[in-house]
Amino acid sequence: MPEVSNDKPERKPKRPKLPRTAIPEQPAKVRATNFEEVSLGYDEQMALTEASRCLQCKRPKCVLGCPVGIDIPAFIKLIEEGDPAAAIAKLKETTSFPAVCGRVCPQEEQCEKLCILGRKQEPVAIGRLERYAADWEAANGPSGKPEIAASKGKHVGVVGSGPAGVTCAGELAKMGYDVTIYEALHKPGGVLVYGIPEFRLPKDIVQRECDYVESLGVEIKLDHVIGRTMTVDQMAENGHDAIFLANGAGLPAFMNIPGENLNGVYSANEFLTRSNLMKAYRFPEYDTPIKVGKKVAVIGGGNVAMDAARTALRLGAEVHLIYRRSREEMPARNEEIHHAEEEGIIFDLLTNPTQILGDQEGWVEEIEVVDMELGEPDASGRRRPVPREGSERRIPVDVVIVSVGTKANPLLTKSTSGLELTGRGNIVADEHTLLTSKEGVFAGGDIVTGAATVILAMGAGKLAARSIDRYLQGQPLLTPEEEEAIQAASDKAAETAAAK
Amino acid sequence: MYKILDKVDYSDDVYMQVIEAPAVAAAAQPGQFIVLRIHEEGERIPLTIADFDRDKGTITIVVQAIGKSTRHLQKLGKGDSLANFIGPLGIPSEIENYGTVVCAGGGVGVAPVYPIARALKEAGNKVISIVAARNEKLLLWQDKMGEISDELIVTTDDGSCGRHCLVTEPLQELCETGGIDLIYAIGPGIMMKFCCKTTEPFGVKTIVSLNSIMVDGTGMCGACRVSVGGETKFVCVDGPEFDGHQVDFDLLMSRQRQYLSQEKESLDLYVECGGDQRCLK
Ligand SMILES: Cc1cc2nc3c(=O)[nH]c(=O)nc-3n(C[C@H](O)[C@H](O)[C@H](O)COP(=O)(O)OP(=O)(O)OC[C@H]3O[C@@H](n4cnc5c(N)ncnc54)[C@H](O)[C@@H]3O)c2cc1C
Ligand code: FES
Repeated sequence: MPEVSNDKPERKPKRPKLPRTAIPEQPAKVRATNFEEVSLGYDEQMALTEASRCLQCKRPKCVLGCPVGIDIPAFIKLIEEGDPAAAIAKLKETTSFPAVCGRVCPQEEQCEKLCILGRKQEPVAIGRLERYAADWEAANGPSGKPEIAASKGKHVGVVGSGPAGVTCAGELAKMGYDVTIYEALHKPGGVLVYGIPEFRLPKDIVQRECDYVESLGVEIKLDHVIGRTMTVDQMAENGHDAIFLANGAGLPAFMNIPGENLNGVYSANEFLTRSNLMKAYRFPEYDTPIKVGKKVAVIGGGNVAMDAARTALRLGAEVHLIYRRSREEMPARNEEIHHAEEEGIIFDLLTNPTQILGDQEGWVEEIEVVDMELGEPDASGRRRPVPREGSERRIPVDVVIVSVGTKANPLLTKSTSGLELTGRGNIVADEHTLLTSKEGVFAGGDIVTGAATVILAMGAGKLAARSIDRYLQGQPLLTPEEEEAIQAASDKAAETAAAK
Repeated sequence: MYKILDKVDYSDDVYMQVIEAPAVAAAAQPGQFIVLRIHEEGERIPLTIADFDRDKGTITIVVQAIGKSTRHLQKLGKGDSLANFIGPLGIPSEIENYGTVVCAGGGVGVAPVYPIARALKEAGNKVISIVAARNEKLLLWQDKMGEISDELIVTTDDGSCGRHCLVTEPLQELCETGGIDLIYAIGPGIMMKFCCKTTEPFGVKTIVSLNSIMVDGTGMCGACRVSVGGETKFVCVDGPEFDGHQVDFDLLMSRQRQYLSQEKESLDLYVECGGDQRCLK
């Protein structure tokens, strides 16, 4: 236990005035040339200071903003009391991967958005404190293993080792189920290992979380592509009493503009997979090559586009981010946009690509773009960008990275009988139980919701574990009280709608 | 780890390995491929399945050593292991009784043709096989193909064995004679391109198996995309087999050359290091 409680800052008088504690980062110029983590994390003093800003609200709003309902004031209080071990234990009651969530959750849209302090000043840095507690544990050894219930003699198969699959597997293992995860790739972690770059989420953290789940007794079978190596139906025949499908939303979308198949045009998924999963940024020490280019155009404005742009920058390119709306409409997290700007990514906003042009050898040479103006709001409420006629111009580039979203990969769903899908190919699962149209088969995470967030995927994993437990014990998936609560909520919604 | 149970060198560059991979073998069907990785720093390389034995739990691959990874793989033999071996991937061949089928394999392309031809034969087809290579040394599996074919034609570009001609010559003759219901042509891009050019005027459906660059092999990255009938397709999940008359072979071949300079750099370094991965660090 660290000796901290003595030099704790005076609480009462300082509390309202303390500004949000800044987090140390690698300087932008330095980090733009390496793959080390951008943000260095709080030290003990910073964490204590920041924790002391929390008002410990009686009815904390922040918890309502957390998709998995972490008891935020409680873990912050434990940090403030100088007991990070207890803080991490508190966190782990609700979240399986605090080290991951502390780094990649969009807190500004969730818990921190609702923090009362945020009305007058900046909200408590909940994410940074979560990360602090998790990193403390990593540095000081695990704070003890959770209790594992006696074996229930039932076997659950989980497809996919992303946050949804791994969370579900961990929860079920603790309840006493035998769990096997089937993962198509050669490393577990899903998007956390193939998509999100090292400089935002070091891969040894992901590995540590997967090792932890294995230490609970979960078996992770890599190199198993469900739908090919084995089908879901075969999993059921081969002794899996229940199945959880958490295979993500990993099918890259393209724009269908001329020139998209030229050499040097990547999907963000390919570019990031080469760099992260295959470690192409360390070619030729690692065998997988990547084309870096002198000048790279990244198309898109989401987190994935930021990750691709910042990766290309670190590989030595001048990077233009081409986005058809304005900065305000960018779906990426503010922090990521800010970091990208600091590092020197050039933002070509209100700009849309119309075609990619190549040289004689089939390599990208230029990208043609058109200026956009914001017109009337569309279905999403954002103003629809419309092209300004005659504003076409060409930018010389040698690599283009297309980051315009992902869709459901049909490989698994197509090979599974009796599985109801949405029009877009996502699996239909009950919102409250995650049960699919197929007996004993549950689904959650990006494959159900479409590309979303790590924390939502984790939440789905937890929910699925609860449903699978009830299913395997022959209990109704929803207790009568839960049914009532759902009914009450929907009645209320109907009332509100009628009142309007 | 996946054990190498057997290895045979066919020439300086071409070799065969039998890999222990029971889960892959249990599901393998003609026309599918695998992805393997030799070691922790390795790249993921796709290879078409040349044969499989469900009882023994093995998959056979036939490889032409070109770049660093395939050179490295060539050095491994019985008793060595591979870090990863993933499959079977891709959509299997559609095997049914079509009538008379021509199965043409060029170079190492003969290996993936073999299980398809065998399955077609078992399904009751009359199978006419063409085994083609640049020269006699590079000819592959004549005997194996002979065993499962009603008729076997051998061609070499230099006339060192069989007929002195390109694979397209007997193909053209067979089309002219008529009575061919389906053609399979598998080999280098250029060979498949000209096979398709030959058969197109006769309107005989010609299926090719595309060997594009891949990363995951599961539809997640799009590295393998090709243009078929003007539409973008992912070879790893939509193929690897396509109607050859619809394939843009020039695009395929151009995309296959994307990493030539890096491949050369990697191979040169590898040779310089005497094949020791550690010295690359
Ligand atoms: C580049 C990038 C950056 C992101 N940044 C953030 C961020 O900062 N914050 C945030 O909250 N979210 C972020 N997201 C989104 C977040 O990562 C996903 O919402 C989340 O990972 C979804 O989890 P999942 O478990 O549903 O699926 P995934 O993480 O996609 O995992 C699915 C797993 O299933 C495997 N699989 C697929 N098909 C099969 C099959 N047939 N058989 C066996 N295995 C299969 C896949 O290989 C994969 O490992 C980002 C996404 C990307 C791509
Ligand atoms: S190899 Fe990645 S999608 Fe085909």
